[in-house]
Amino acid sequence: MFRNQYDTDVTTWSPAGRLFQVEYAMEAVKQGSAAIGLRSKTHIVLGCVNKANSELSSHQKKIFKVDDHIGVAIAGLTADGRVLSRYMRNECINYGFTYESPLPVGRLVVQLADKAQVCTQRSWKRPYGVGLLVAGLDESGAHLYYNCPSGNYFEYQAFAIGSRSQAAKTYLERRFENFADSSRDDLVKDALMAIRETLQGETLKSSICTVAVVGVGEPFHILDQETVQQIIDAFEIVGEQEGPAAEPDAAAGQGAAAADQGGSTDEGVAPMDI
Amino acid sequence: MASKQPENSLLGPEADSQRTLYPYVTGTSVVALKYKDGILMAADMGGSYGSTLRYKSVERMKPIGKHSLLGASGEISDFQEILHYLDELILYDNMWDDGNSLGPKEVHNYLTRVMYNRRNKFNPLWNSLVLGGVKNGQKYLGTVSMIGVNFEDNHVATGFGNHLARPILRQEWHENLSFEDGVRLLEKCMRVLLYRDRSAINKLQIAKITEEGMTISQPYSLKTYWEFSAFANPAQGAVGSW
Repeated sequence: MFRNQYDTDVTTWSPAGRLFQVEYAMEAVKQGSAAIGLRSKTHIVLGCVNKANSELSSHQKKIFKVDDHIGVAIAGLTADGRVLSRYMRNECINYGFTYESPLPVGRLVVQLADKAQVCTQRSWKRPYGVGLLVAGLDESGAHLYYNCPSGNYFEYQAFAIGSRSQAAKTYLERRFENFADSSRDDLVKDALMAIRETLQGETLKSSICTVAVVGVGEPFHILDQETVQQIIDAFEIVGEQEGPAAEPDAAAGQGAAAADQGGSTDEGVAPMDI
Repeated sequence: MASKQPENSLLGPEADSQRTLYPYVTGTSVVALKYKDGILMAADMGGSYGSTLRYKSVERMKPIGKHSLLGASGEISDFQEILHYLDELILYDNMWDDGNSLGPKEVHNYLTRVMYNRRNKFNPLWNSLVLGGVKNGQKYLGTVSMIGVNFEDNHVATGFGNHLARPILRQEWHENLSFEDGVRLLEKCMRVLLYRDRSAINKLQIAKITEEGMTISQPYSLKTYWEFSAFANPAQGAVGSW
C-alpha cells in the first residue's frame, strides 16, 4: 500500500471506491502480536502471543473477560482494545441489570461493529486500530466472531489475527472440520499448537502466551501459567516423536505464508472485500 | 418563594396534574399458578370506575412475544401504556432476527426496572402485574407491584387475591398439576373472590401458556350459590353500636 492523495482522512473515497484510512487501520491489526480463537459446539478457546518490549518490562494484556460468558482477544492498538473492552463490559452489565440474563454475544458483536462503523464516517474521528476476536455463548451455543476496524464482523469456526497469523491460519485450516466435536481439552491443545505456529521456531512456553476458555457451564477464565505449561509439556513429548514428519509440512506452510503476505500488499484487492 | 424547576419537572404544585396520584378505571385481582405444562392465569373482565362496575369486557391478560403472558390489576390506562412499552421491546427484539428472544424472566425484569424507576420519580404506573411464561422447557411465574417489588413463585396473585386466593393455593397447589386440576383450582379461587370482592364481576377468562404458545378462553361465568344460611340473614346476630 502506497501513500496517495485520497488517504488523508477517513471521509474521502478513492476513485476506486476505497477508504484508505480504514485499510490503514486494518494494517495496524496485522502489525500487532498474534491472537487466535477456535470453537467447538460448546466451548471456545482464545490464545495470544505475549511479547514484552524488553526483559525488564511486563507484557501487555491482550485477553479480556467481558462477562462470565464472553471474552475477547485483541490484536493491534491495545489501548483501543482496552477502551472497546470497557464498552463491551458496560453493555453486558447494563443488559444483565435490566433483563437478569446474559447479553447474547451475537448482539454485542453487532453493537461493537456499529460503533466501529461510526468512526469510518466522521471527519473528526479515526477508526479503531484493533481487531477483536470475540468468544461467547448465546442461546444457540458457542460462537467466535472477528470484529474489524472497518465495522465488519464475521463468524468463524477458527481464526487468527496479527503478525504471522497466516501460519496459525494454515494450521487451523487443516483441522477446523474436527473442531465442532472436539473436547474442551483438545481444543486448548489445538490453540497452543496454533500459537506455536506463529512463533516460527521459537520455543513455546507459557510465559510468552496466554490462553483463555469459555464454554457451556464454564465461565470465561484465563488459564494460569502452570496449567498451560503442563499442557505444553504433555504434547511437546508427543510432538518430538512426530517431529521429522511435521517439518516438511511446516516448511511448506511458511512458503505459502510468505507468498500470501506478498499478495496482501497488492493494490488490486481491497481487504474489506474478503 | 417558588424554587426554579425545569419545565418537565414533576415536583411543585402545578406538576401534580401531570403525575398519577390516584387510579380511575381499575381492574381487580389476577391469580396465576404453575402447572405441568406451563402457566395458568385467571382474571375477570371488569373495569371499575371507583365503586361503579362500569366496564365489563376489559381483557386484563395479554400475550407478550412468543413466550410470555402478562396479567394486570389496577389502572387500566397504565396497563395499556405498559403494553405499548412491551410492544416496542418485543419489536426491537424481533428486529435482531438472530435466534435469540426475550423470555419471561427477561420481560419480568424489564418490567421491574420500569415500575421501580417510575416509582422513584413519584409518577407510578398504578398496576400490580403478573408475568408468566415458558421458554426452553423452563416455567416462569413472577409478579411486580407499582412500587417495584418483584418476586417469583409457584403461584401468585394481586390485590384481594393475595388475601383470599393465596391461602387456598398454599394448601392445594402441588407440582405437576394437570390442566383440569389447575383450572379447577383457579376457579375455586375466583369463586371466593367473586363472593367476597366488591369489585369482582362474574365474567372471567382463563389463559394458558405453554411451550407451544398462549391460548385464552372465551369469557364465561362461574356458578354461584347464594342459599347459604349466612347469606340469608347476614345482619342477624351482628352487634350494632346504637
